[in-house]
Amino acid sequence: MKARAQSLTAQYLRPKLTHPGPRGNQGPGGQTPAHQRNTGWVEKRKPHPLTAVSSPASPFYAGPSLHGSCFSHALYATELTCTSRAIDGNRNCFAAGTEIAFLRLPFLVHGDNDGEREHQKLLEAISSLDGKNRQKLAERSEASLKVSEFNVSSEGSGEKLVLADLLEPVKTTSSLATVKKQLNRVKSKKTVELPLNKEEIERIHREVAFNKTAKVLSKWDPVVLKNRQAEQLVFPLEKEEPAIAPIEHVLSGWKARTPLEQEIFNLLHKNKQPVADPLLTPVEKASLQAMSLEEAKMRRAELQRARALQSYYEAKARREKKIKSKKYHKVVKKGKAKKALKEFEQLRKVNPAAALEELEKIEKARMMERMSLKHQNSGKWAKSKAIMAKYDLEARQAMQEQLAKNKELTQKLQVASEIEEEEGGTEEKVEELLVPDVVNEVQMNADGPNPWMLRSCTSDTKEAATQEDPEQLPEPEAHEVSENSSSQEVLSELRVLSQKLKENDQSRKQKASSEGTVPQVQREEPAPEEEAPLLLQRPERVQTLEELEELGKEECFQNKELSRPVLEGQQSERTPNNRPDAPKKKKKEQMIDLQNLLTTQSPSVKSLAVPTIEELEDEEERNQRQMIKEAFAGDDVIRDFLKEKREAVEASKPKDVDLTLPGWGEWGGVGLKPSAKKRRRFLIKAPEGPPRKDKNLPNVIINEKRNIHTAAHQVRVLPYPFTHHWQFERTIQTPIGSTWNTQRAFQKLTTPKVITKPGHIIKPIKAEDVGYRSSSRSDLSVIQRNPKRITTRHKKQLKKSSVD
Amino acid sequence: MGEMETAPKPGRDVPPKKDKLQTKRKKPRRYWEEETVPTTDGASPGPPCNKKNRELRPQRPKNAHILKKSRISKQPQVPKKPREWKNPESQRSLSGAQDPFPGPAPVPVEVVQKFCRIDKSRKLPRSKAKTRSRLEVAEAEEEETSIKAARSELLLAEEPGFLEGEDGEDTAKICQADIVEAVDIASAAKHFDLNLRQFGPYRLNYSRTGRHLAFGGRRGHVAALDWVTKKLMCEINVMEAVRDIRFLHSEALLAVAQNRWLHIYDNQGIELHCIRRCDRVTRLEFLPFHFLLATASETGFLTYLDVSVGKIVAALNARAGRLDVMSQNPYNAVIHLGHSNGTVSLWSPAMKEPLAKILCHRGGVRAVAVDSTGTYMATSGLDHQLKIFDLRGTYQPLSTRTLPHGAGHLAFSQRGLLVAGMGDVVNIWAGQGKGSPPSLEQPYLTHRLSGPVHGLQFCPFEDVLGVGHSGGVTSMLVPGAGEPNFDGLESNPYRSRKQRQEWEVKALLEKVPAELICLDPRALAEVDVISLEQGKKERIERLGYDPEAKAPFQPKPKQKGRSSTASLVKRKRKVMDEEHRDKVRQSLQLQQQQQQKEAKAKSTGARPSALDRFVR
Repeated sequence: MKARAQSLTAQYLRPKLTHPGPRGNQGPGGQTPAHQRNTGWVEKRKPHPLTAVSSPASPFYAGPSLHGSCFSHALYATELTCTSRAIDGNRNCFAAGTEIAFLRLPFLVHGDNDGEREHQKLLEAISSLDGKNRQKLAERSEASLKVSEFNVSSEGSGEKLVLADLLEPVKTTSSLATVKKQLNRVKSKKTVELPLNKEEIERIHREVAFNKTAKVLSKWDPVVLKNRQAEQLVFPLEKEEPAIAPIEHVLSGWKARTPLEQEIFNLLHKNKQPVADPLLTPVEKASLQAMSLEEAKMRRAELQRARALQSYYEAKARREKKIKSKKYHKVVKKGKAKKALKEFEQLRKVNPAAALEELEKIEKARMMERMSLKHQNSGKWAKSKAIMAKYDLEARQAMQEQLAKNKELTQKLQVASEIEEEEGGTEEKVEELLVPDVVNEVQMNADGPNPWMLRSCTSDTKEAATQEDPEQLPEPEAHEVSENSSSQEVLSELRVLSQKLKENDQSRKQKASSEGTVPQVQREEPAPEEEAPLLLQRPERVQTLEELEELGKEECFQNKELSRPVLEGQQSERTPNNRPDAPKKKKKEQMIDLQNLLTTQSPSVKSLAVPTIEELEDEEERNQRQMIKEAFAGDDVIRDFLKEKREAVEASKPKDVDLTLPGWGEWGGVGLKPSAKKRRRFLIKAPEGPPRKDKNLPNVIINEKRNIHTAAHQVRVLPYPFTHHWQFERTIQTPIGSTWNTQRAFQKLTTPKVITKPGHIIKPIKAEDVGYRSSSRSDLSVIQRNPKRITTRHKKQLKKSSVD
Repeated sequence: MGEMETAPKPGRDVPPKKDKLQTKRKKPRRYWEEETVPTTDGASPGPPCNKKNRELRPQRPKNAHILKKSRISKQPQVPKKPREWKNPESQRSLSGAQDPFPGPAPVPVEVVQKFCRIDKSRKLPRSKAKTRSRLEVAEAEEEETSIKAARSELLLAEEPGFLEGEDGEDTAKICQADIVEAVDIASAAKHFDLNLRQFGPYRLNYSRTGRHLAFGGRRGHVAALDWVTKKLMCEINVMEAVRDIRFLHSEALLAVAQNRWLHIYDNQGIELHCIRRCDRVTRLEFLPFHFLLATASETGFLTYLDVSVGKIVAALNARAGRLDVMSQNPYNAVIHLGHSNGTVSLWSPAMKEPLAKILCHRGGVRAVAVDSTGTYMATSGLDHQLKIFDLRGTYQPLSTRTLPHGAGHLAFSQRGLLVAGMGDVVNIWAGQGKGSPPSLEQPYLTHRLSGPVHGLQFCPFEDVLGVGHSGGVTSMLVPGAGEPNFDGLESNPYRSRKQRQEWEVKALLEKVPAELICLDPRALAEVDVISLEQGKKERIERLGYDPEAKAPFQPKPKQKGRSSTASLVKRKRKVMDEEHRDKVRQSLQLQQQQQQKEAKAKSTGARPSALDRFVR
């Protein structure tokens, strides 16, 4: 029985040594012995070995009955409080079933010596098996060889045995210290590293080789670049041709040899004609030099004078600037003012236009002064004077003066015309709305000697004149401003108009003269009846028209029906005008009015100088115009054109896609339309195309359809280095044909990029050709020349590989 | 010889005493110095071969010419070393003369500007170095060619004629007899009258060289002659009403629009073709570079006939009733048709619809003419107005004039003179020069004829105006009308038969396809953006990504453990933020600019300042 148990243990132990697990090392036989499996299983469920053992239903225990008895025996033993002997006898049975038995056995055996204490321990261990107050036991996860039946304890097996420990005697002696040191030294010496594996070494080699080659080849980069950028390459590449010497160089080495030549040379020398080197004869040279000296002196003197004068002026100016006397400055100022006034008077006599400009300038200065609050009693000086005024008469006077001046400056001139007085009531109200109170206060003083104020009285007429100027365009702004306050605008316009009518007679002459150049944009100007053909006599704006009717002063042949489309056109024009973000230029463009384009009164040819042309007399002319007018009364080209344009614009607009399904989700049927919300939801709006080219040109329809025939000839793929079509366009904008270029330029533009000479071998380019020294060791030399290029990492790797 | 050389040339502002200055000044660069270096005195004459110097610049292959930056101001490129300047004498020529005007002769900038075609006002997007070099090459090429062209202007020796009244005298009062008296005999012979009262009002046409004249009377009289020598080429009566007559590309072929069909005769009056597809033709125009004969018919069709192959290229329905006003734009070969509703429509054979329509007059359009630069169009209408339109995109009238009778016929001369036929009077207006619109204020010349005008044309390269009227044909002298210099290879008035034949072959080889006619002839130098973008879109769809999109910034890993993920992310974010800030900055700038513009627009109104409120 004992022997059998031993063999069982051995069997049990074998798989433990290699252990990967119960299933991992099934023997080649395929069938593992039942007990072996059993052990594995048991091991897995260490905590309750006994329960496992106690399950007889397990297939592993369907083995020999002997085992069964054995187990029963063991169980029995555990149940009992058995003696050490009994345990001794059953030891191997335990070993077959549980580990605890193994672990405890040494103690048990050992316990023979210690007797009672050990026995107590054993008892505790056994009692702990029932699970309640189990002690933590030292566990073993693996079987080891150290486990044996003999009394070698596996306790403390984790500690390492140090060499020095072996040497250590009971008592420390100094003689052993050296040995110890030596031992330490041996220990500290590191082992040689493993060599890199083959792949890595090869990779490093490749990298280094690549760098080397790249370096070597990079010297060709400028050559390649140059050849690529070259206008023309001629193959085979040739060495420099000896440059043709200029004829003068050739001749300079020439000497007279033949008698004839010598004779000629002699003759030349006799006349002191320069032959070889000098350019001028001595006399010429001398005269030239003299001339130059004289002139240089003169010039120098001139310069000196100028410089001196300048410095005088500078000094004077500096001195005058430094003068602190107020009186002096006052005098100077007054003098200046007087002088300016005199000049102005003179200018007015000589050149009225320039004088007007001058006046305007003065006004501006005046305005600035007025704005600057200089005379508002708010300055430093004024304040100080105000303090003093109580006591000082002079100061009081000065203040008064200033106040008077202020009043004069800020007073508003009342326009002294009858019209204003006529419409006084309404006018005042409007004005109260428009004008701030401050201005109104001083308005009453009408007779201040303020030329600026005087001028504003006549400014209306001037405005009328300046309206012709397309640059000024006062009208659009007025429109913008007055969009919401139209009543005010109407009023002011009425006033303007009435005034205009009064002054019509005077201003007509002026206008006639100023209309020499053709007026491009004019909106409001009522055309003088006599000058324009009747056909064109349509007022441009209904407002103007109504005003005119109201005034009843101008009889005009109106056709309401005809003027309507015009209005439409204007409205359509004006809508974009209202947008504030429209740039100014566009605004100007939009001001072009179709009506105006066609109805601008043009000067008729009266000055046909040839006497053969008899000018039409006024009556005759008028009759004819009337006739023409009647002839074209029926058709309105402008309306037709606008309609056509509208249609064209509509047709060119991208169409919206309507995906609404009628009757889906709501009632459908005849007479029912899908709801607006739905329509809105399913309407796919087409993206707005680019603005039309004729957007601001009312009299033009430009076809925006793509010309596919032309597009077929255009470039549609950008060639390589270009990223934007503008870049490429710039390179093809110059024509290269002989029609547009001179012969030389044409030849140059059309030279082939590469020329090869027939019958010549084209050899690959060599280093010598481009000025490099070629050598077989060039690779090395490159590396040696600048080793810095190779990184330190590479160097290390190189070293490593070389060590290998 | 030496004196000749040093003497200051008239017109150049070189001071006479420049001897001193010149010694101080740098030595001028000569044409041969690019390659060679001056030798020392002791060196042997002939080609100097300084080895050292050659070795200094070894990397310059001789057959790889690289463009220089600028050619207008050419500077020596390689700074010479001081030791090369030791002997200034060696620079002198045999006679010792120095070139007082070294380098190429200067070219006036404005003449060069005239030939420059690259629009530099448009700012290009940032480009890579490679692209930039290509652009530079293109620009340098343009500059070079335009300089060459500007230099060759020197060859245009002839100057245009002119007529000038004695102080304050109106030139319009000068009559033909006075002019004929004043000019030389050869020119005086160019004024003549053909009295042909029998066959009714005449239409006429000069050949492109200006040497030949063809005219056809309404009652069937057709004749062609070399009008300079007055040699008659042919004279026939087609026994049918002749509406219009026109030379084809050369004087050997003649198209006559007869009552029913279009006929083509040769210079001997033999009928070569009868084109029945062009019926009831009223007006003819020939486009010389496209070899197209454009016909406008009573039926309202504009038909293009390719005379080189005899095919009808396009027949376009103008949908505007009878067409009897037509002219061509010599700049872009667009046909201008005038209609009875006051519009002028612009046509190209490539499009079924008009390229543009311009409303010009309230009544019908009676005559249209376009000047040789294609910039101005003159129209006259039934409303008795004569207008000059700007054709450069705006189509707005530049000047307008009301004429007592209205002009029935208009024509521009090569130098921009405008003639209008009004009844039996012709009026000619002149501008400030070539390329400027004629000013309609004062007529330059007037002339009265024996009958109402029926056809007008200025003779090319001559100061002659041909007028066909009911009393025959008159050739008037109009000083300053024709281009003084002709291109001998293009349209040579003195060419021989052989030259003409050769020119014909060349012209046929250079024929421009009819479909290339469009408003802007330079459109061919543009990229077809629409298909370019379409192609790009398709490519992106095919690939699934945009290959040209800018790759998002990927920070490079730094060594030595600095490239922690956090730092990478941080760097990435930094770049992103920078980009974002850039964008914001740009948009802000845009906004500011817009605001400024608006402010300016407001301020540049009639009354600029804040002081306005004080003005009443």
